[in-house]
Order: sequence, then C-alpha cells, then structure tokens
Amino acid sequence: MDTTTINTSNSADVTAQINAVYRDESRRVLATLIRLLGDFDLAEEALHEAFMAALAQWPEEGVPGNPRAWLVSTGRFKAIDQLRRRARFDVSLDDIADQLDAGLGAVTDEEGEEIEDDRLRLVFTCCHPSLSPEARIALTLREVCDLTTEEIARAFLSSATTVAQRIVRAKAKIRDAGIPYEVPGQAQLPERLESVLQVIYLVFNEGYSASAGDNLTRHDLSAEAIRLCRLVLTLLPDAEVQGLLALMLLHESRRAARTSSAGDLILLDEQDRTLWDRELIDEGSALISTALRSRQFGIYTLQAAIVAVHADASTPEATDWVEIVGLYDLLLQMNPSPVIELNRAVAVAMRDGPQAGITIVDELLTKGILGDYHLAWSARADFHRRLDQRDLAIADYREALRLARLEPERRFLEKRLEELSG
Amino acid sequence: MKYLALVYLDENDTVSRSEAEWMALNAECYHCVESLKKSGHYLDGAPLHPVATATTVRVRDGKSLVTDGPFAETKEQLAGFYMLEAKDLNEAIQLANKIPPARYGSIEIRPVRELPVPDEVPAAEGVSLTG
Repeated sequence: MDTTTINTSNSADVTAQINAVYRDESRRVLATLIRLLGDFDLAEEALHEAFMAALAQWPEEGVPGNPRAWLVSTGRFKAIDQLRRRARFDVSLDDIADQLDAGLGAVTDEEGEEIEDDRLRLVFTCCHPSLSPEARIALTLREVCDLTTEEIARAFLSSATTVAQRIVRAKAKIRDAGIPYEVPGQAQLPERLESVLQVIYLVFNEGYSASAGDNLTRHDLSAEAIRLCRLVLTLLPDAEVQGLLALMLLHESRRAARTSSAGDLILLDEQDRTLWDRELIDEGSALISTALRSRQFGIYTLQAAIVAVHADASTPEATDWVEIVGLYDLLLQMNPSPVIELNRAVAVAMRDGPQAGITIVDELLTKGILGDYHLAWSARADFHRRLDQRDLAIADYREALRLARLEPERRFLEKRLEELSG
Repeated sequence: MKYLALVYLDENDTVSRSEAEWMALNAECYHCVESLKKSGHYLDGAPLHPVATATTVRVRDGKSLVTDGPFAETKEQLAGFYMLEAKDLNEAIQLANKIPPARYGSIEIRPVRELPVPDEVPAAEGVSLTG
C-alpha cells in the first residue's frame, strides 16, 4: 500500500477531500472490487466499508498518496474479514476467503491498465444482452453511474421497490447464469457494444422525450447518458461510440429551442436557431467527421450526420435536403426500418414536394405498417396541410391525436386542428 | 431405445415451499438418481436454475442475436438438447451459435445447478450431476 501522505490542516478539509475522492473514484474502486471479489453485493459492501475506514483514518493519518489503491486494498481486506466472520456459521465461506486471500498482493499502479479495464468490464457486464433491457438500464445507472434506486425510479416513473427488485434479480442472474466479468473478445465486441450503446441511447431518450407523462425533457438522464458515453469512448475509441455521442450532443444542442416556456413542443423548422448550442454542435460535428473517416461507422453515425445537416442550416430554407435524403438511403440500407422510411418520406417531401411524401407514407400504410404510429398520421396530415387539402389534413391530425400519448405532442396536434378549423 | 424425460414445474409453487420441504424434495431427487443408477437406467440428468436465468440465442443472416429469457416462439417445439461444458455464459453462447438449428429456431441456454447432497449421505459418495 502506498504510505505517502499529504498533510492536511483540518478534518473539514479531509472530509471535503474524501467527498471528492468518492465522486471521482468510487465507481472505479467498485469496478475493481467486483473483479477481485467476484460478487457485486460483496463488492458494494466492501466499497462502503472502505470509505467508512477512510472517514475514520484519513483525518488522523492524512490522505494517502494513492487514495484509489488504498480504498481497493482496504475494501478487499474488509471483504475477506467479513467472509471469515460469516464462515463461523457457514464453513464453505472459509474456502472462498482462502482463495481471495491467496490472490492478495498489494494493489498498486502496476495494475493500472487492468484497473482501467475494470470499468469497461462493469459496463459490458451490466449491459449483457442476456439481461432484459429494463434490467440493463437499471443496473447500469446504479452500478456505473451511481444513481440511487430512488433516482432511477423517479426518472423512469417507476417505484423504488420495482427498481430495487429489478437490480437484485439482475445480480442473481449474473451470478447464477455465469455472466463473466469481462470485456468481450474482438469477435463478439461489435454485437456486445451494440447492446451497450442501446442502453446509453435508451437512457438518453428517456431523458430527452419521456415515453409518457407531461414532462418533455428530463435533463438529468440525458446528461447522464452523455457522461456514460464519454466514459465508454475514453475506454473504447470506436466509430459508433463517437457516432452515438455526436448524435446525443446534437440533439442536446437544441434543448433550449425545443420547447416553449409553457412546455409546448416546437418543431424543427419553427425553432429559434440562435438558441442552438454551437459548442455542442461543433463537438458533435467533429466527432462525426472522425467517425465517417474511419469507414467503420454504423447507424448512430449516420443518424448524427443527418442531425448535423440540420444544424448547419441557419434557416429551415437553407437545409440541404438532397444530402439528408442521401443519408437516409444509406441508413435504410444498413438498417431497414419503417420509422426510418417515414423520416425519409418527410425529407423527400421537402426535396420534391408534399405529394411525394404522401405517396411514400401511403405505401407504408397500405402494407399495414405504421398504422398505429401517431407520427405517420401527423406527417401525412402535414403534407395535406401544405397542399391546402384542409379536410384530409384534419382527418389525419384527428387520427394522430387519437394515437398520441405525450401531453406536449397532444397539445401540438390540437393546436394544428384548431388552426385548420378556424 | 434412449428416452429423454423432461421435468416441468410451476416455479411459483417451488418458491412457496418452505426451505425444509424444498431440501426434502432435492434429497428425494438425489435418491431417485441413485436408484436409477443402480438399476442401470440412468445416463445423465441435471436440475436447472429458475427460468429467469435463461438466455436465448438465434443466428440470422450469420449474426448472433442474444436475448434474455426463454423466448422460443409458440410455433417452435423442443427438438433436441446439448449438455455443454463451458467456462461461463459467454462461452456457452459461442457454442450455442454453432448449433445448426440456431439458424432456423432458437437455442435456450439454461445454467445447470448442483443437486445438493443430502445430509445423511457421506460427502465422498456425493455425485455431481452436472458432469
């Protein structure tokens, strides 16, 4: 253990330092403890014990030169102690404690790379595809992002008990099904990374446009997703991680322009573009260029590139719709999806006129696809509105309103109906 | 002829049993295996962890699709089984990817648990049912 200490003037100072160490290091320490102890719950207890020990000892002895290594060593010793105490009632735990003891050397920076990898191991384990998407999200926010179960419950309009249970079950599955604590090998990496990125984007979207209720943006979740994506990018520089980060930054750049002070939704071409955050746009655009150059990009990079074309236009009229339709074509090739076809239809309508958009949406609806998706109806309503086909527009807006669940979206559709009826 | 005997149980029923009842049932199973071995009828078998620990693997267009849970489609019927030795779930998934019907149907991976050795049996006589 590193014994270098920094002299500190008073204990309030040390407490502030411990808080800072907790903020910066607790997830790293936890990630390493899970690897060393092979158990989430044991590692969480050990992390808690290690910080309790820090609170007791650091004000007296000073803050160690390498707080992280100190916390990992202390946590590991505390966990082994704990197992020995419990072994009085269950002898099988003695063997586990012996094994852990045998693997004990001092934790030093020589293990540096291994320790950095631990955070990635934690991310990949929490996002394992054999866990349900809800479990992945809850576990990742709890273990990687250090959100409390109450915070997660509030963000997902769920109860703390439900979230806590979901986390307990996920940990049980990790243990019982033998989900390993590892970064997947090259062969599996693309698939597994997809699952990680999906979790991050679901968290972001939950924060950006809540799936139900009247709150359109829940900023904290979006910020958390961006933070998480930055972490993964640091640990794993991959084009699609860059693409996803760019996509989220570009969406985020419009936050201030996206809703009115009354909380109403403002569509892209009616937004005050001076409110867009240029700094976020520039960072996102730079990431997209790097990702595109790598030629390893995928659907997140392409979606980000589409958003970036909008971001480049100082007025709606200046939008390069030819470029956008081209990007949608690429996206559809890579990932055929009716929702992307719908978005492409909107872009085609801007390039070739509303009638071209109606033709594509009608094809989709005739195939029986998207009939219950409110945005398909509101898109077609908008095409009719722009062609001055008032009755057709009203009928489609009504259908969209029947299907829409989000309050701000409903208010928007009602407003459009009012304008057309007036 | 060889026959595969599949065991189905209502898991909620299992959960509602007391610990003592549950251990008694495990002990009964242990003795059942012993007796089948003696009579030469027993080839292999194993109890499984609850269905919540399941993972389903499909291979479509050469790509492996891994999902949580036992999500065989209702039109899919049990057609065979492989007992695999793997160091962890990731290796088990890699192995399952190679099972040809994974391309048409689905492979449900379930972790096997050890049947606990009843107290009255000396430890040396205990058998692993997972081997």
